[in-house]
Order: sequence, then structure tokens, then C-alpha cells
Amino acid sequence: MTEKQVFSHTIAILVDNEAGVLARVIGLFSGRGYNIDSLAVAEVDGQSHLSRITIVTVGTPMVVEQIKAQLGRLVPVHRVVDLTIEAESVERELALIKVTGSGENRVEALRLSEAFRARVVDATPQSFVFELTGRKEKLDAFIDLMRPIGLQEVSRTGVVAISRGPTPL
Amino acid sequence: MSEMMTGAQMVLKALGEHGVEHMFGYPGGAVLPIYDELFQQEQLRHILVRHEQGATHAAEGYARSTGKPGVVLVTSGPGATNAVTGLTDALMDSIPMICITGQVPTHMIGNDAFQEADTVGITRPCTKHNYLVQSVDDLSRIIHEAFHVATTGRPGPVVIDIPKDIQFATGTYVPKASVRHKTYHPRVKGDLEAINAAVNLIMSAKKPIFYTGGGMINSGPEACQLLRDFVKMTGFPITSTLMGLGAFPAADDQWLGMLGMHGTYEANMAMHDCDVMINVGARFDDRITGRLDAFSPNSKKIHIDIDPSSINKTVMVDVGIVGDCGHVLEDMIRVYKSRASHPEKDVLAAWWSQVNEWRGINCLGFKEDKNEIKPQYAVQRLYELTKGPNTYITTEVGQHQMWAAQLYRFEEPNRWMTSGGLGTMGYGIPAAVGVQVAHPDALVIDIAGEASALMTMQELSTAVQYRLPIKIFILNNEYMGMVRQWQELLHNGRYSSSYSEALPDFVKLAEAYGATGIRASNPAELDDAIKKMIETPGPVIFDCVVTKNENCYPMIPSGAAHNEMILGSDSAAIAVSDEGRVLV
Repeated sequence: MTEKQVFSHTIAILVDNEAGVLARVIGLFSGRGYNIDSLAVAEVDGQSHLSRITIVTVGTPMVVEQIKAQLGRLVPVHRVVDLTIEAESVERELALIKVTGSGENRVEALRLSEAFRARVVDATPQSFVFELTGRKEKLDAFIDLMRPIGLQEVSRTGVVAISRGPTPL
Repeated sequence: MSEMMTGAQMVLKALGEHGVEHMFGYPGGAVLPIYDELFQQEQLRHILVRHEQGATHAAEGYARSTGKPGVVLVTSGPGATNAVTGLTDALMDSIPMICITGQVPTHMIGNDAFQEADTVGITRPCTKHNYLVQSVDDLSRIIHEAFHVATTGRPGPVVIDIPKDIQFATGTYVPKASVRHKTYHPRVKGDLEAINAAVNLIMSAKKPIFYTGGGMINSGPEACQLLRDFVKMTGFPITSTLMGLGAFPAADDQWLGMLGMHGTYEANMAMHDCDVMINVGARFDDRITGRLDAFSPNSKKIHIDIDPSSINKTVMVDVGIVGDCGHVLEDMIRVYKSRASHPEKDVLAAWWSQVNEWRGINCLGFKEDKNEIKPQYAVQRLYELTKGPNTYITTEVGQHQMWAAQLYRFEEPNRWMTSGGLGTMGYGIPAAVGVQVAHPDALVIDIAGEASALMTMQELSTAVQYRLPIKIFILNNEYMGMVRQWQELLHNGRYSSSYSEALPDFVKLAEAYGATGIRASNPAELDDAIKKMIETPGPVIFDCVVTKNENCYPMIPSGAAHNEMILGSDSAAIAVSDEGRVLV
């Protein structure tokens, strides 16, 4: 009877930016055994102290429903929106990627970065730091290509998402 | 109109605004300013417990028997950590509680100061919400919010951690009326479309059952009256969880007794075979459902719950209604009555005759003994001699708790206080203290086991100090009985650490505390001893020496379904599956 197949969901949580609110959200995930694939959080409205947390999680439909209901129960939570099923949405992630190398490798890295529309935000004779924005899969692909060339370090923001069209959440 | 005052004064002022008459607590360095204010006033009575866990359970007993929130005051560090068990208990059983904890001064937080603990960190997963007060100007608002959060929606415990410097600091007091919560607005009215769909199912039912829970008790006596009306109107059988006992009168013909792991045969069989299940304020707990994939396989399920996360959590339902039981029942009755025609009562005749056949098994029967007091017999006699609307029962956790739930019969809500979700041994004595504080003239009995009672026995001293005439009725079998029973069923009788070695003499123990001790060891003297206990004006420990190896039946073994109950030790060999063995 229970659907065993798991799906990835991107969930946006609008919270009051008060002390400990992030701990409440992630404590809920760890305490109840839910997965967090990625997490992004920042204040989005300084005047009304609103923060937006974007969590990518995986679970069976029943578990994902439960995650949303449990999030909704947290006192400082304003809204919980499942951007995977409630709306068509745009998802983006940003990565900073450090690559070292010389000669042909250096040229190849630069050529690939142009193909991916990555920007060079720092360069030395031995290294580049690329800034790349896109869907998670695009970032994964670029990082995989950099690996044999001389990938040194990766820093990623986690996925943020917003619904398409004129209506806000 | 705002007033200037110290943080400690704000605490007292706010508690007064919320109608708090009693609080349970234990002083310490970080709450001394509040204790100093307590000393200088007379509206609020502080009950000094002997251990902070006792304060939390006393507050639970107080809350459960009155419908008002229980209030706790403890110090920082160990005061707060000792309260964690009671907070978790209150969270699991949805008991409204406000727990004020002292904290080291703001500038010392994070420095590993003396008696410092990260109280909001520790209590985050075991409270409905918690606060660390960072400015005295926030304090009164936070206290008002805390009461709102603790007592509305699905009730629960709320911790307010107040650093000592904030208790001394002077700030502006904001009155209760001017506080509105930004995000927290629980839904109490059910969706009418869903209520209509539920009534459709109810009208079409041939084999229905009401399955009610602790949410009914939280919803209040008026809601329980609506439940009684609706059950009478429909003629359906009704069962309840451990937490919901008393919402529907046990003397009624439609009452099937408690369901679940140690519930009655008729209740569990009816749950398994029903075609329409109406869950009102219960949460499909694992003690209730048994094996999930075999749980009531052919029924349409209606679930009324104030907590949206309870719906479709473990059992998928056909009609989920988020709302307060009382409000939803009121609408449901109105919709039901407005229907043009109602099913004839004889539609249910076949179902009732099946239910009565199951009842005929007499699953709670037991063999009496001339020489030994059977624990079931003790509970039965206790019930016969103490029943009445002014009797309140608390329990510890284990076999005695299940026998009490099976055999003590409740006609009214708020008369039964037990630790259901968390299963906290040591709950019963402090809970009885709390109940007796709220109901000074009532007969308050803790039906206990000797092992559980010893966990919080020191609260007898609290009872003696405040002249609270609680009766601790110990079914003494010298075993942690439920542990022993599981070891018998699952571990071939290897009774690892479940024997209560080196027990105290409970009669002498009572006397040492300044209470009265009474012992009964054979059935012939039991009634007189119980009467003597009732007539004793002060607190009593009743040492009821019972059969040592009695098991609690009927029982759904772990990992089994409702229709696979064990009726008694005479039943065919008890097979527990490998999957079942890992369950608790």
C-alpha cells in the first residue's frame, strides 16, 4: 500500500528570522530521520525579519507530505511551499570552483568555462577561480570536467528556487 | 497602559494575568530573583517538589485533571536538565505546560559558567516551542505568547529560559491583551466539505466504529458531551486509546473498552473488521495499530485531528479533517441531523451481534486465587470501593498501568492521568501530587508498581509537607512486571535485571516520611485494607503484595495484527516473528 519510490522535492520555508530558527528546522530533519540534500538560507526581508530557507529533500510521497506538515507545525514558520509540485519553478545554484594547471590544461579550462558560461572571478599564473550559476546538474557536469584538468576546491550555495510567473508565494 | 518593573516582577504579574494559581518548582541560584518575588506575594501558591522531574509531572497531573496549563519553575543547568523527562512526556501526550527555567546571566552564556546548560538547545526537540529571553522588554510578550502556544492548537510544553540579569533588570510590562502572534494560528474549525464527506461515510456504514483518543480530553468536557451525543445518535460502538479513557462513559452499552496492545478483544477485532472507522483525536500510535500493513484492511477511515502532521503520518486515511474535536463534532452532528433520512438502526444489528459474540470471550477474565492477591483482582476491588466522580487515578508505567486501564472504569473525562506516549516510570506519584493540589477534596490514587514508585518516591515528602492525602497503591510483585513479561515471551524467561532486589519495607518507608503504610498480602484482608486506606486522612502507601508471575492479557504481540491477539497464557504457543522481536 505504501508507495516506496522516492522523489526529490525543493521546499521553500518562510520563517521569522529569530534566534535558533534554523536549528529548529534542521533539528526536525535530523530528529525525524529525513534527508537534506541541500540547504540555503538568508534573510530576504530585513524590515520584517523574514528569512527564506530552501531545502532539497528526498522521500516517498507520504514522507514528503509529513515533512511539510512537520515544518508547518514549527511556531516561527510562516509558510511552507513545495516548489516541485505546487508551482512551475526556476531552480539555481551558484558554485565557486578553483582549478590549477599550466599549458594545455589551462587553455582547456578556460575554453570549457566559456562553453558553460562560467565567469573568471580570480586568476593567477597557476590558477583560476570560476563562478558558475545554473541548475545542479550543470554545476555537477562542469565540476566533473574540471577534475582531470586540476580541480582543487569547490564551494556551492545549495539550491535556491522561485516560482515562475507573476504571482509571489 | 504599560508599567515599569523588574523581570522577576513581570513573571509574577504575567502568571497572574493568565490566572495561574499554583506552580511547581525548586529554587536555585539562577531563579532566586523570581523566588524572592514569590515570597512577597500571596495570590500564587508555589509547591516545592523534591526533584525537578517531580515538578513537571505534578504540572502534568494538574493540567490533565483541570484542563488548565501546568506551570513549572526551576533553576538553570541541572534544574533544567532534570525537567527534560517531564517536558518530553508532556510533548508526547499533548499536555499544556509552561516551564520557566533560570539561566546564567546573559554575559556569561557560552562560557561554561557554573550551572550553565544550553537549555533552549537541549529542550528544542522536547518542547512545542521554547524561548531564551534576551531583553527584559521582550519578557512579558514572550510569557503571553508561551501561554498561547502551550494551550491552543495541539497543546504542549513551552520553555521560557530567563537569564538572571534579566530577572533583575527593569523594563516595560506589556499586558496580555496587546499581544498577537505573527505566525502561530492553529486551525480549530474543520473543513465543511470534508465533514460532509465524513457524514456520507458514516451514513453508509454497516460495520462502523468510533476510535477516540487524548485529543477528546484536550478538547474539553463539552466536546466529550458532543461525542456522547453523536455516539448515541448513530448507535455505533466506540473504543478509545489509553489517553482518551473517560471521554465516553465506560458504563455505556456501546463502550467496547480500550483498544491496542493490551486492549480488549472486542475493541481490536472490531477495529480490524470494521468498514468505517471514525478516529476522533487519536494518532494511530504503534501501540494501537499493531502491524501497519494488516491494520483494519477493509475500512474507510475518517481522521479528525487538530495537528495536520498527524493526518496520513502512518496510516493513510480517506477523509482527513484538521480541527478541534469539539468544533468538528459540533459541525458533524449538525450536518448529520440535517440529512433527510437516516439509516435504520437494524442496519447495525448484524455488526452488534458480531461485536457481542467477541465480547462473550470475556477477554479480561482471570483466575482468582484464594491465597494470593491477583493484581487484576486488586484493581477490581480498588475500583469497586473507590469509584465515583470525585476519584482521580494516576498510574506509573507497566503491567499495573495496563490492568488499571482495563479494569478501572471511567465515566468522566479528566479523571485518568497516565504517561502514554513516553511511557515514563515515576510519573504517577508526582502526577497525583499535582492532581491533589488542583482538587484538594478529591480521592487521588496512584495505581503503581513497586519499581516505578521508587523512581519518584521522594515526592511523598512533598505530599506530606502540603498535606496532600494521595494514596499510592502499589501492586508489588517484586518485578518490573512488563519487562519480565517480555523476557518470558521473547527471551525464553531469562529475567535479566528485572527482579526488584533489595526492596524497602514500604510500610516503614511510609512511616519514615510521616505518611501511613498499609499492607495487604491475601485476598481476604484486601477490602478492609482498602477501606482503611480511603479513611486515612493523610498520604498512604498501600503495599499490595500480589502474584509474582502474572502476565497482562490480552495482548497483541509486537509485529502482529489486531486479529492475532493472545488471550492468555493458555493460548497456543506464542509466536513472535523476527520482525516483531526488534519492535518495542
